[in-house]
Order: sequence, then structure tokens, then C-alpha cells
Amino acid sequence: MTDIIRLSAAELAAKLTSGEVSSVEATRAHLDRIADVDTDVRAFLHVSDRAIDTAEEIDRRRAAGEPLGELAGVPLAVKDVLVTTDMPSTSGSKILEGYMSPFDATVVARARAAGLVPLGKTNMDEFAMGSSTEHSAYGPTHNPWDLERIPGGSGGGSAAAVAAFEAPLALGSDTGGSIRQPAHVTGTVGVKPTYGGVSRYGAIALASSLDQVGPVTRTVLDSGLLHDVIGGHDHRDSTSLTDVWPSFAAAAREGANGEVLKGLKVGVITELPDSGFQPGVAASFHASLDLMQAHGAEIVEISAPHFEYGVAAYYLILPAEASSNLAKFDSVRFGLRVNRGGTVEDVMAATRDAGFGEEVKRRIILGTYALSAGYYDAYYGSAQKVRTLIQQDFASAFAQVDVIATPSAPTTAFKLGEKIDDPLQMYLNDLTTIPANLAGVPGISIPSGLAAEDGLPVGIQFLAPAREDARLYRVGAALEALLVDSWGGPLLDRAPALGGAR
Amino acid sequence: MRHLGVLARIQLSDDEVTRLTGQLDVIVDNIAKVSQVATPDVVATSHPIPLSNVFRPDEVGETLTREQALQNAPDAADGRFRVTAILGEEQ
Amino acid sequence: MAKDKLMDFDKALELFEPVLGFEVHVELNTATKMFSAAPNPANEANHGAEPNTLIAPVDLGLPGSLPVVNEEAVRSSIRLGLALGCSIAESCRFARKNYFYPDLGKNYQISQYDEPIAFEGSVEIELEDGTLVTVPIERAHMEEDAGKLTHMGGATGRIQGAEYSLVDYNRAGVPLVEIVTKPIFGAEHRAPEIAKAYVSAIRDIVKALGISEARLERGNLRCDANVSLRPRGQVKLGTRTETKNVNSMRSVERAVRYEIQRQAAILAEGGSITQETRHWHEDTGTTSPGRPKSDADDYRYFPEPDLLPVLPPRDLVEELRAALPEQPVARRRRLKTEWGFTDLEFQDVRNGGLVEVVEATIVAGATPAAARKWWTGEITRIANLREQDAVDLVTPQGVAALQQLVDAGTLTDKLARQVLEGMVAGEGTPQEIVDARGLAVVSDDGALIAAIDEALASQPDVLEKIRDGKVQAAGAVIGAVMKAMKGQADAARVRELVLERAGSS
Ligand SMILES: [Mg+2]
Ligand SMILES: [Zn+2]
Repeated sequence: MTDIIRLSAAELAAKLTSGEVSSVEATRAHLDRIADVDTDVRAFLHVSDRAIDTAEEIDRRRAAGEPLGELAGVPLAVKDVLVTTDMPSTSGSKILEGYMSPFDATVVARARAAGLVPLGKTNMDEFAMGSSTEHSAYGPTHNPWDLERIPGGSGGGSAAAVAAFEAPLALGSDTGGSIRQPAHVTGTVGVKPTYGGVSRYGAIALASSLDQVGPVTRTVLDSGLLHDVIGGHDHRDSTSLTDVWPSFAAAAREGANGEVLKGLKVGVITELPDSGFQPGVAASFHASLDLMQAHGAEIVEISAPHFEYGVAAYYLILPAEASSNLAKFDSVRFGLRVNRGGTVEDVMAATRDAGFGEEVKRRIILGTYALSAGYYDAYYGSAQKVRTLIQQDFASAFAQVDVIATPSAPTTAFKLGEKIDDPLQMYLNDLTTIPANLAGVPGISIPSGLAAEDGLPVGIQFLAPAREDARLYRVGAALEALLVDSWGGPLLDRAPALGGAR
Repeated sequence: MRHLGVLARIQLSDDEVTRLTGQLDVIVDNIAKVSQVATPDVVATSHPIPLSNVFRPDEVGETLTREQALQNAPDAADGRFRVTAILGEEQ
Repeated sequence: MAKDKLMDFDKALELFEPVLGFEVHVELNTATKMFSAAPNPANEANHGAEPNTLIAPVDLGLPGSLPVVNEEAVRSSIRLGLALGCSIAESCRFARKNYFYPDLGKNYQISQYDEPIAFEGSVEIELEDGTLVTVPIERAHMEEDAGKLTHMGGATGRIQGAEYSLVDYNRAGVPLVEIVTKPIFGAEHRAPEIAKAYVSAIRDIVKALGISEARLERGNLRCDANVSLRPRGQVKLGTRTETKNVNSMRSVERAVRYEIQRQAAILAEGGSITQETRHWHEDTGTTSPGRPKSDADDYRYFPEPDLLPVLPPRDLVEELRAALPEQPVARRRRLKTEWGFTDLEFQDVRNGGLVEVVEATIVAGATPAAARKWWTGEITRIANLREQDAVDLVTPQGVAALQQLVDAGTLTDKLARQVLEGMVAGEGTPQEIVDARGLAVVSDDGALIAAIDEALASQPDVLEKIRDGKVQAAGAVIGAVMKAMKGQADAARVRELVLERAGSS
């Protein structure tokens, strides 16, 4: 039965459909795994007490011959940034401890409607501010590859949960790399869809113009399957695109045969020299490119001269929007209230001092400063101009190439606590992921191998033009198939055993 | 810095004021960097995918019950949210 | 609180020139809110709902909630902009105005900042004597209302001294259009009257458009009045005060007068005016200082990232322009001519706020003269006695029906006034009241003749005089008969019968 947890979501779905495995069995296996390993990994902030009930219901419906979605009965971990009616939603913050939303995030509602079984809520940097999950008010999550190391962030919980086989699928959110960078350091797959491709309704906002919800899985196909469930227009989110999307699962299946690599033009950015990356990261990246080239892809050097301004622009836009988005946490309608006496102003200020962690307060203050009298045009406005320039870089690049490839992050997983006091160093983690958020284009990170020097996972990122998410699934699945073939099995097979088996 | 704390409604300790004051430089550095290329001829992009005229028909949709509205209230009375005395006036 | 020194109004106007400006917030009466699908309490259908029952997640700023723009609110805003003679923006957007206040669910208000939907217009207002004044409009922008605070404990129920406050977010998110004038010069001694006429004109316009319930007492229309004074001959504008949320037209007039007198007294003594918001107190007829303008007004505006630009399509704008109702001022001119009223007669109707009901009464079948007579006469008299609005007492249809009974001879004027009292008391339709109270004119000659014979018999001298040809002497008999009939007789018929009886006896 332990085999169930090592199945991909697609494999598990097939067994559920054939009746070989029931959803209750699958759900129980994952709950057991959580009980077994999560005291070490700490991926979950909350484990659902209704998962078995939900699974029973799916099994009953299947037995009754009701038509069910492909993923019906498959367990799902939900990043705590997404609000849920049956589990608390805290966004990793003390200020929302115990908060129960009266509505489900659209992606959660769609997952439920498709018969997925929510297992629990995963840990994250407080309000998604961070790249290590060390800024969670509820303590860090540990990387299943090395429990002393960070699982990436902000969605470290979701990535660690799928990497540790606690869930086959998870939902994440990506504002500057919070899906892709954790995927990189945990040897998993993560997709940031085109901005507007997936509803933000019910995702506790960090930076509204950058946030995107997306899938966190162990295989490209699984991401496509989950993306198919959660994506598409939602009238509750004004920025939601009305496009009719192709099936991303179909794109992944099509890509897996490798044909897509023939003649594929893969752009490599001149301005991102190897020197900016840990040697093992750069080596793994080039090995992947070589493999693609060997199967017919053409590697093309492209210039993206404005990407280097992305981090600066990002750290103007993000705190500005966040300072405003986080103003609602004021102790009046929901959340923590700290009353040390005084007027309502004093109560609000005391609550926000006590309820927000250091990094959140830091970014709120910086954002308040960036928007403060007279600075709006100079700061926020100028940063928005950089977005235009980065979009132009993407436009001219995509005139020459089909996808752009980069290492997903500069280093492998670092040690917990190693960079927590060095925000600037922490921020550089997002160097390669941020441009996609600024420009709204989709990105995927898939495992490319292990770094020679530390044996830790490395990811490769592909970027495509806006609305061309399907291209990422085709290319990602093609490379994934070649790599898994060359490794003789999934990368995660090489991860150390956890829990009882240790 | 104290003023920013007031604007952001965060009661900052002396330590925090000192530490955060130093970090405002991050913003200053970022603006310096961004200013190198954010010239007047470049238009700002406020939304990554340009859309416009996104509306909702004027029809009543899902509405919370009063119980739902108040379910997370730290304090409530008479079907309303309760807060301690307000000193300042509305804007 | 120390009492303000006031300068005599005429004296103040001798020394200083007042400059006015107004910000009027109009609550739109759409079915739902500006950014949520919750029912709109500013729509009559939802008026008086229990606290916190008209709520969608975004009205409380719940985590994960998002705003979506109400299309009808945009249409209403465009129509209002057009009615104010404004240009409609090719493109405009929403911005966040950031400030913390417990009535603000998100701690920012979604408003429009540098790109309002309508700008550069003017509105023609009409003073009581019929003088027309043009008020320049700077902009009209869309935004959302805040919730409602009730201050509890303490003596006054006001914010000062309250122990705690209760918040109802029903009003949070109600669609608003804020209309901002340019500085209004040349108002002079008519400044208070212009203030009142301006608010009245805005109310007429939004009522004609049907986009707001337009009831000031409910806060559907709220006026902030800016007043500054400058010494005669000075070019530079004086420091202004902004008197907030004045909620009746009479109060707007009084508040402007008060601020002129107060500021003049300070300036004449060499003092200076503090730039501040002030509050109007209906009970004392005074203003008191509120929040001084300060750093705290750093609203950190930035474009609302959750919403997209609004680009009013040109064909829609033209379609809405073509379908605009007649401007209230022009409409009044037309009605005056159609009804054949004199200037004074029409001013009576207009200044009484009776144009709509008179029009409706005429539509229901009354002549213009009769409709005017009822509304400006007896109905207004009763309204004044009861301290109510005439329009709230009876319906135009009822008044027309009443007049029809008079025209048919069923009622005398005097009886009709009694029926009106019954209508005001809610006793039913005029006919029902006539029946229930037995008020109809006695048209049975037999009953009249019996009463006449009795009166003639008791006044033999009168009979004598009539027979001598002194017909006017009949008056005494007629009076007695009318009295006996409790007024329910047609005096002309009684007269005829008296002469007949006197002749034939
Ligand atoms: Mg204003
Ligand atoms: Zn306003």
C-alpha cells in the first residue's frame, strides 16, 4: 500500500478509475504518510479531518456510475494562502490564526468540484514574503532532501509535501518565483501560469499585479492535469482572462514523445552568465540544454538587457502593493486583536506590531515609504516602466525563439538560518523567476538533476510568451521524459527516505 | 520612520525604528537602479496583460449572512462589529 | 467650546469677497454595490436593512476577496457626467486611496484620482427669483462609500467621549459619484443662496436621470462646502475651510452664511484661517473645527491593481447623451409656458419643491390652475402645520380625484378641504371619504325647501324685504340654511330656491 504514495497523480487517477484503488485508500495512505514524516518535514499547517469523508463520497459517486473528472479521488495539498471554508486559512501569519473563510478560493472550489480531496493546508512564508519558508509564523518547513535545508519559498510547504510524497498534487502561488524556486530546490515541478490564466479569487493577496496561482507536482503531466482543473475564466477576478485554453494535460502527453524538441528554438539569455550561478546549477542547466540539442533543439543566444532591473522594480512594486493589500488586517472585522488599551488606532497599531513578523513589517514600511507623498511617480511609476521594458525584451526574444531557458534559481537549497538575516541575498534567489511575474508570462520549473558538489536538486526554468502555457507543458514534458530516462527513474527516487523507513 | 509607522498603523519599537531606517536605503537603491532606464518616453505597465472594460452586470449575487459576516469578528455587539473608542475623525 | 465671533453678514460682504466650492457625493441607486454583488442599501428596495446583512466578502475586505466593477454604476456615472455638461474620459481608471479607518473594510477606498470618468463641465442653477447662475464643474469621479459607525457610551453619542463604536458595513461599497466644482467667484451676497440652489440643482438632475433616490435626509446626497474669503481687491485666494456632510439644503445655506461671518470676524481682527475640515451642527446652527489638514492626508494613491481601465465606448457615450432627459432648468421653462403660470405663480410652485407633484396632478386630470391652487395652498398650509413635506402628505392622483369631485358639484370648496384632511389622515380615496363622512353636497331640493321654509318662517322681516325687491336680504336666510345643512349644500341652488319660495309664498 505504501506504493500508492509514490504514484504520480496521473497513475493514481488511472488506478482510481479502474477501481484498483479507492479514494479512501489513497487518501488514507497520504494521511498516514503525513503522520509518519511531517513531524520532520513540517509541510502542513493543518491536516483536514474531512478528507476521508470526502474520499468516501467520491468512491460512492464512482460506484454509482456518476461521471467524474480525471483527477477525482486524488488527494491535494493546498497552500495556506488560499482560503478554504473547512480549514483555517492563515497565509502563514499569526494575525490570521484560526481564520475561517466564509468562501472557498475559486481554485479550491474547482478542485472540489472536480472531485479532488483536500488533505490540508501547507506552510509558507508569512503572506508569501520570502524564498525559504523560514518567515512562516508557524516555524520553517524542512527540505525532504536534507532536513537541515530550506524547501524554498514562499511555497515551501507545498513543494516539500509533494517531494516527501505526502500529497501527489499541491496548489501554490507565485508572485516572484514562489512556485518555481521551491520546485527547483525540492526536485519537483511547478508552474506559474500566464497572469490571469488562473483565478486569484480567494488567494490572499500579496502583490495583486504579480500574484498567480498554479500547480505544484512531481511530474509535468500532473501539473497539466491540475492546471486543467483550476484554470480558466472567473468573473470574480477582474484580471482573469477570458481565453479558451487548450488542455495542458494533452499538451504534456503530446510533449512526452519528444517530437516537440525537433527544431525547437530555445533562447538562452546572454546577460545571465554562468558566473551568477552555483557551479552545479550551471552544469546541470547546460547538461539539460545539451540533451535538448541532441534531440533536435536549437540553442539561441538572446539578449534581455532589462532583466537586471527586474529585481529592483520588483522590490518597489511588491512592497507598495503589499502595504496596501495588508492594510485590511486591522483587528476590526477578523484576525488577531491586541488591546493594550487606548483608542482604536492604538489597538490597530499594537495588533499589527504583534501580529506581523519582521519581514512583513519591513516590506509594509518600505512599501508605505515607496508610495508616500510625492514618491508615487518616482517609485511605483518608474518600476512599472521597467515592466514595459522587460515585456519588450520578452517580445523581441520570442520573435527569435520558442521558449527561453534559465536555471530556476542561482543556488541549491541553502541551510536553514543561513541567509535569514540577509534580505538582499535572499532576494537574489528570485533573479531568474521575477521577470516572468513582471511581464505576466508563464514559467515552469522541472528538475534537471543534482548539483555535483552537494547532491541537491536543481531545476531548469522555461518561459513562454503570454498565453502560451501549453508550449511549456510540451517542452517540459519532452525534457522530463529524456531526463527520467537518463536517470533510470524519477529524480525523487534518489531522495533520502524519510520517517519510519529511515 | 515614526511617521511611516503611523501611516502603516504599526507600532514600531525603538529597535525596529533603527533597523528599518537603515533599510530604507534598499528602496533608495532600487529607485536609483530603476531610474537608469525608466525614462519619460517609456509608458508604465500597470497590468501585465492589458485588458479593459471588465464589468459585472448589476444583479444581486452571493451575499453573506450576518452570521458569516461576523463569524471572525474579534468583538461584536448588536449585529455589528465592535471597536474601542475612536479618536480621529473620518476623512 | 468657545462661541465663534461672527461679523454681520452685510458688513462681511463689504470687506471680503467669498469664494465657494462644493464636493457633492451622490449615492447611486443601482441594484448592487459598486464593486460587489451585494444589494445596495441606497436603492429604495433595500432601505432600512438590518446591520451587516447587505454584505459580500469584498465589502468587509475579507482575505482573498476581489472587487469587480458594476457596469450599471459606470453607465449612471457617464449619464451624470453628461448631464453636468462634462467631457467623458476616453480612458480612466480606479486608484486606491489608502488610509486607516474602522468604517473602511479594506483600509483603502477605491476611488478615482488622476483619471476621473468625467471632467470640465458646468451646471446652470436657478435662484429663487429665477436668476440663472452657471457653476463650473471640475470633475465627477466614481468611488465607493464607507460603512457606518455608531458611537456608544458617553453623553453625546458623538465621537468625542464615546466608550466604543459599532460598525455596520451595509453602506460600505455603495456606488458614489463625487462631483467637484471649480472655485465659484462672484457669488457675493447670494453665496448662501447659491449654495442651496446648487445642491438643489444636483438633486433635480440626479432625480431626472433616475440614478439616485436623492434623499438628503438619508445621505443619498451629501455636500461638503468649501468657503474662503479674500479682502476686496486681492487676487490671491484666501485659506479655505471645508464644512463636511451638510445634509439638507437649508443647512448648506446656513453653513455657508455662518462660515462667511465667522471667517470675516477672524480676518478683520488680523487673524488667519486654519485650513481644516469643519462640522456643521444642525441644532446650534454653527460649525466646529474637525481634523486639520496635515501629513495624515498622505493617501498614497496608486492605480488599483485589482481593476482594469474603463474606456467608455464612444458610441455608448453618444447613445447615453441622446437619451438624456431634459435639463431641469429648461424643463421648468417649458412647463411654466405650458401651464400658463405667471412668474410669481411658477416660483411659488418651484420654491415649494412642487413642480413634480403639480405636473403629476395635471397628468391625472386636474387643470394647471386647480393643481397649483391645491398644492401651494391648502396642502402646503397643512404641511407647514405638521412640519412635513407637502409631497409626502397626499398623492397627485388623490388631489386630481378631489378636484374632479369639486368640478362635478359633489363637493363645495369648503367640503373639499374637509375631504383633504381625511386624505392626509389616510382615510382613503376622496370618494371613500365623502361616503364615510357623509360629506356630499345635499342636492335633494325637498330637504332644502323644508329648511328654507323654516328659516323664512322664523325671519318674517326678511321675507318682507325680499318681496319688496331687496334681494340681497336673502343672504341671511341662505346663511341659516347653509348652517342647518352643515355646509353640505350648494349655496347657489339655495339662493335660487329662497327667491323662488319667497316669491311663491
Ligand atoms: Mg472629497
Ligand atoms: Zn469622495
